[in-house]
Amino acid sequence: MNLNLTMFGQSLVFFAFVWFCLKFIWPFLKAAMTERQEAIAHGLAAAEEAEKKLTEAASGAQDELAKAKDEAAQIIDQARRRANQMIEDAKGEAREEGQRLVDAAKGEIDQEMNRAREALRVQVAELAISGAEKVLESSIDASQHSQMLERLAGEL
Amino acid sequence: MPTGETQTSAEYIKHHLTNLTYGQHPDGAWGFAHSAEEALEMGFMSINVDSMAWSIGLGVIFLLLFRRAAKNATVGVPGGLQNGVEMIVDFIDDLTQSIFSHKNDLIAPMALTIFVWVFLMNLMDLVPVDWIPELAKLFGVHYMKVVPSTDPNITMAMALAVFVLIIYYSIKCKGLGGFLAELSFHPFPSKLLIPVNFILEFVTLIAKPLSLGLRLFGNLYAGEMIFVLIAIMFSAGIGFALAGGVFQFVWAVFHLIIITLQAFVFAVLTIVYMAQAHDTEEH
Repeated sequence: MNLNLTMFGQSLVFFAFVWFCLKFIWPFLKAAMTERQEAIAHGLAAAEEAEKKLTEAASGAQDELAKAKDEAAQIIDQARRRANQMIEDAKGEAREEGQRLVDAAKGEIDQEMNRAREALRVQVAELAISGAEKVLESSIDASQHSQMLERLAGEL
Repeated sequence: MPTGETQTSAEYIKHHLTNLTYGQHPDGAWGFAHSAEEALEMGFMSINVDSMAWSIGLGVIFLLLFRRAAKNATVGVPGGLQNGVEMIVDFIDDLTQSIFSHKNDLIAPMALTIFVWVFLMNLMDLVPVDWIPELAKLFGVHYMKVVPSTDPNITMAMALAVFVLIIYYSIKCKGLGGFLAELSFHPFPSKLLIPVNFILEFVTLIAKPLSLGLRLFGNLYAGEMIFVLIAIMFSAGIGFALAGGVFQFVWAVFHLIIITLQAFVFAVLTIVYMAQAHDTEEH
């Protein structure tokens, strides 16, 4: 066991090897490993994200569905109310129309009655005049007494 | 023990524990040492060619393999090589982050290099002890220690490198004054006890690289020794050879745990020492 120059030679070789490892081996392997680690971490994060999004989408769809159902119910409700409204309106209109028709008929009846009364009055006046003519014979001039007769007819 | 006729067991063991050393002979000529004694005579100005070659070769294998994975690294589904490499990188990265809380990009790659490199060097221990040396003998190379981490030069060299970084980051993060103060005012915060503190802390500091390097060396050296001893059994008759085969398998399985653990311990302790060097707060 004798120490000799081998020791220093080996020390130099050692430093050279360490230097080579430091410069040409370690950084490359470390970089590749770190990058892969990141890639895997990214992948896992993305998977988690996707899962979260999926549940979000599912709950979103549920919400959408509930909303759509709500809306549909609302629309049906509205339609029903509107139909009722229309029926009510139609009923009111029909009632009004009927009233109007009744009123018109009543007016016509009144007019008819008035006209009949007028005609009756005229006939009564004529009848009275012809009666009085017959009583007085010629003493009554139709034109002279028509004023009086008209007044008489108006009283009827 | 294929060359058993001409070798005693002691020679066999010694042969297995001798490095292929290149250096200057006492007579002035340069060349390979032909025995452990010659290698010792060369003194400090020599180099263990087998340890250097195997450690550099294994280190290059590690770097090329990981470089290929790094260059082809894809963010998508990783292939087989990238998968394995990333598993180790991730393991070291987690380890570093759990121990080292400061910002320093050097620590994790260094821990990775130490872990894989030391593991590969230790792994050579599982190659049957005679294979490569006998093969080398065919090419005229007489000594061949194939497990670099059983050479204290190799383990101490890495420990020394870590030690240099400990000193460097200690001074960088705490300042020279802060570093010296840490050595002088712990564990007793009193001016009177500075010498005592300094001796205690200095020993602690020196013990770090020593224990780091010698632990790895000791474990692997002992493991190698046991493999060599088991290999001796192969030439001691059929009964011993069969028992040796079983021992070798059992020890190899056990050793597999040891070599991984030692590589891990070296890496973890390096990170811990670095963290201590970066810690500026009083404790």
